[in-house]
Amino acid sequence: MLVLQGVSKTYPGAASRTVLAGIDLALASGEYVAIMGESGVGKSTLLNLIAGLERPDRGSILFDGQEISALPDDAATLLRRRAMGFVFQAFHVLPHLSVARNVALPLLLNGIGKRRMRERVAAGLAAVGLAGRGESMPRQLSGGELQRVAIARAIVHRPSLLLVDEPTGNLDSDTAGKILRLLRDQLHASGAAGILVTHSLAAARTAERILRLTPTGLEPHADSDREE
Amino acid sequence: MLFSELRTHTARSAMAIVAIAIGVAMAYAVHLINESATGEFERTVRSLMGNADLEIRGTEAGFSESVYPLVARLAEVGTASPSVAVEARLSGRADPLKIVGVDVFRAAAVQPGLIGRPEGGRAGALPLLEDDAIFLSPVALRWLGAKPGDPLHVQVGLETRTLRIRGTLAATGEGLRLGVMDIGAAQSCFERLGMLQQIDLSLRPGTDAEAFRARLSRLLPAGVFVSTPAETVRRSSDLSRAYRVNLTVLALVALFTGAFLVFSSQALAVMRRRGQFALLRVLGLRQGELLRLILAEAALQGALGACLGLGLGYLVAGATLAWAGSDLGAGYFKGVAPQVHFDAAAALLFGLLGLASAVLGSVAPAVEAARASPAQALRAGDEAAAPRGLRSVAPGIVAIAAGAALSFLPPIDDVPIAGYLAIALLLTGGIALVPRLARVLFARLPDSRHVPLHLASTQLSGSPGRAAIGLAGILASFSLMVAMAIMVASFRTSFDQWLTVALPADLYLRAGSAGDTAYFSPADQRNIAATPGLQRVEFQRSLPVSLDPERPPVMLIGRSIDAADPASRLALVGTPRHPRSGEPPPVWVSEAMVDLYGYALGQQVFLPLGGRRVAVTVAGVWRDYARQQGAVVIERQDLARFTGDETANDAALWLLPGSGLAATEQWLRQRLANGDRVVYSSPGEIRARSLKIFDRSFAVTYLLEAVAIVIGLAGIAVSFGGQALARTREFGMLRHIGVSRAQIGAMLALEGALLAMLGVAAGLILGGAVALILVRVVNPQSFHWTMNMSLPWQLISTVAIVLVAASAATATWAGRRAMATGAVRAVREDW
Repeated sequence: MLVLQGVSKTYPGAASRTVLAGIDLALASGEYVAIMGESGVGKSTLLNLIAGLERPDRGSILFDGQEISALPDDAATLLRRRAMGFVFQAFHVLPHLSVARNVALPLLLNGIGKRRMRERVAAGLAAVGLAGRGESMPRQLSGGELQRVAIARAIVHRPSLLLVDEPTGNLDSDTAGKILRLLRDQLHASGAAGILVTHSLAAARTAERILRLTPTGLEPHADSDREE
Repeated sequence: MLFSELRTHTARSAMAIVAIAIGVAMAYAVHLINESATGEFERTVRSLMGNADLEIRGTEAGFSESVYPLVARLAEVGTASPSVAVEARLSGRADPLKIVGVDVFRAAAVQPGLIGRPEGGRAGALPLLEDDAIFLSPVALRWLGAKPGDPLHVQVGLETRTLRIRGTLAATGEGLRLGVMDIGAAQSCFERLGMLQQIDLSLRPGTDAEAFRARLSRLLPAGVFVSTPAETVRRSSDLSRAYRVNLTVLALVALFTGAFLVFSSQALAVMRRRGQFALLRVLGLRQGELLRLILAEAALQGALGACLGLGLGYLVAGATLAWAGSDLGAGYFKGVAPQVHFDAAAALLFGLLGLASAVLGSVAPAVEAARASPAQALRAGDEAAAPRGLRSVAPGIVAIAAGAALSFLPPIDDVPIAGYLAIALLLTGGIALVPRLARVLFARLPDSRHVPLHLASTQLSGSPGRAAIGLAGILASFSLMVAMAIMVASFRTSFDQWLTVALPADLYLRAGSAGDTAYFSPADQRNIAATPGLQRVEFQRSLPVSLDPERPPVMLIGRSIDAADPASRLALVGTPRHPRSGEPPPVWVSEAMVDLYGYALGQQVFLPLGGRRVAVTVAGVWRDYARQQGAVVIERQDLARFTGDETANDAALWLLPGSGLAATEQWLRQRLANGDRVVYSSPGEIRARSLKIFDRSFAVTYLLEAVAIVIGLAGIAVSFGGQALARTREFGMLRHIGVSRAQIGAMLALEGALLAMLGVAAGLILGGAVALILVRVVNPQSFHWTMNMSLPWQLISTVAIVLVAASAATATWAGRRAMATGAVRAVREDW
């Protein structure tokens, strides 16, 4: 479903910097892959390129046979809206919206009717263990609960690809484990493919395949690598 | 640390600094203008009085010189210096020249500054005593472009008399236009034989001035009073006090709105930096230290704004004095040509006011930041928490209730202090209620399926604190703008209506455009009445009379008036009272007489006419926008009977159908002796001239309206710029989940427009309430006249539309800027 071929990205300027060079990646439907790498190696840039938020300098990114890098901004936005879900390290739950309204945002964007929206929000919250917390405000929730809200928001519109960026970076190890299991379970349940970007080998091990992003490209993760 | 915020967000800091600078500049400029005028006026009055201990004073009409020997012979009097004073009309000049006639031998002892210095080598007293000799102050010489030896043509009645400039005056205050003559020559020249205006007394050493004053008062005829130099200065200054106080308060309004801009700027900066402050707290910065840090930032902005404002104010004051004079065209300081002087004490005061308004504007955000729990503030999402001080409605309601109660209080020392306080409380209370208003109203917006509207309405109802910060500037500036616009429109409309009633004739004649030496003699009046094509002619005589030594004189107006229908000539307030047989003659008094002297309909009062107290009956109260110190209209024949004065200053001519204005004027110019010296005006010309003067004297108000709007727009820019920056991550997240750039733009435009609409609606109500206090409380208490409310819908709706559009545009622009600087990347904490 997702194929990257020879993708490179350089940020211009006085201190021009190449963050990605010759990246190749193939991801099948329902597959869950973790990408590890050092800070600044370009993990987040890779997610932005896949999401169509940035354009590569070279190479192609095919999503369901569609060249994302050739799409105009509006078309890329619509594709993201329909087919992708995001989970961030800092949760990015809108503080002025209730939990239910936060989760409902992708459904609103996709024009889902009110009744179905309510049902799917309730189901989404139940799936992440927050049934009955829909009217709570984000400030009343713990970090782990906020990340559950973010996961519910990422899956509520049934995307085919979930892009997850350091989802446990702000959480304690117990909560992190729970969140990672939740993520994996939700991916399996929905049948969506997922890319998890992380520093943590423990987190990466919840995925089916682990890749390491280096300045020269993506490589399979060696067993000798240690958790950073 | 202190400068980092200023450096990082230069544009927003600069706007707050400029807002404070504008406020300080306006207030300081108005103060300098007022001080330069009143200071010069005071120096002038003091120089005229010299070293007199007491002053016996009548009105411009004067009193009999038989009073002089009566006073001069009193044992307590060392020297008594009599004088006559006229505002002389000069040929070819719009403004009059004050000419004082003194007894040179006595004035030398009491008012040495008024002794002329002959030029051309003729020493001694003789040149001072010549019939045509006049000595001018240096300012008067410069004003006339004349030099010693030149002739000076003055108008007396409709005739011209020629005087000769013999030299200059010793010391009369650097800004006074004044001429001095021998008293006998002046009485003769200006036809004031047997009359005096003033006697200045220096008392013998050891005299109890107060006791002597009381005894002397009992010897004087009606309408002649004794006062001290200080009282004279105060009375002169009181003439313009209400105008000056109102001007100063209006200028302080600009500072008030500037404080709100600082509040917006600081509150947003504090919200944006909650994490930063929390980190500092975690690292060991104490609450008090954080509070001081934030207040110091505001103080720095205030200090920069104050310094800038003081310099600007000084320049504005100089330019204004040069352009419009010290009274901005209001006519309070004729004959005075003041210079602007840097006033260090006032500079310090207004500088501190600027500093204080900046610090006050940031107190609430600073306290909020200092009190915030570091652990809570470090959590993601906490940046949207509303400042706690903005959440309660009680302070707002208490302030509004207190404001409403204060608006019913009387003035203090003739200044509507309670009215001003009521306005300040109303504005503060109204603004304090904004967060709750925003929450309640925006929560009631329908749950739209339209993504931008949904996002905008949830943002506004979910973050009332942010909404309040955005609204505070809009509300403060728009409500003040509305209040000032309604007040000025009400005044202008009422003034226009008043002119319609006051100018019923087809043509008006005035013996001279200025001064009190020009008049129509009975012969002139007969000639005017004989003009062909006339349907009717009415003459008017205006005389100042003193009713209270503490107050400036009241204008007594003798004119033809139909006692059965006074409304045909006067803008009556309420129902007039028809005179009853056997009652003293009727008079119709202006509203100021009711306020200042307690006159009431039907009351019998006494006027000092012809040196005696004459009983009259108050038959009606009328609105007078020309004389805030009071005016009394009396039937002209009654006035002539009591005073013996049959001259007139003005004539009103009604023409028969078919008679042309131009032909009538032409006929009068040719047939009337010196008919060219008469000022001819149609009602339209007088109306246009009056409205021009009105607009000029309200120029500061118009300027302040503009300043309020500019500050409002700047507030919008500061507020939305700051909010957009603080919401960069939100925009980034929305972009990730599929919200397009256009939708974010539309969301921000809607937020801006909805906020501005609420600000405009609330500002309209608040501004209307403030206008009500200005029109019904501040104006009557300051100027002693009432007016009808009039709403300038066109102006208000135009500004409202501009504000809403500017809000929408600014919010969108700020959002675009925020997104252009990497909103997408802002969602990543590890890049």
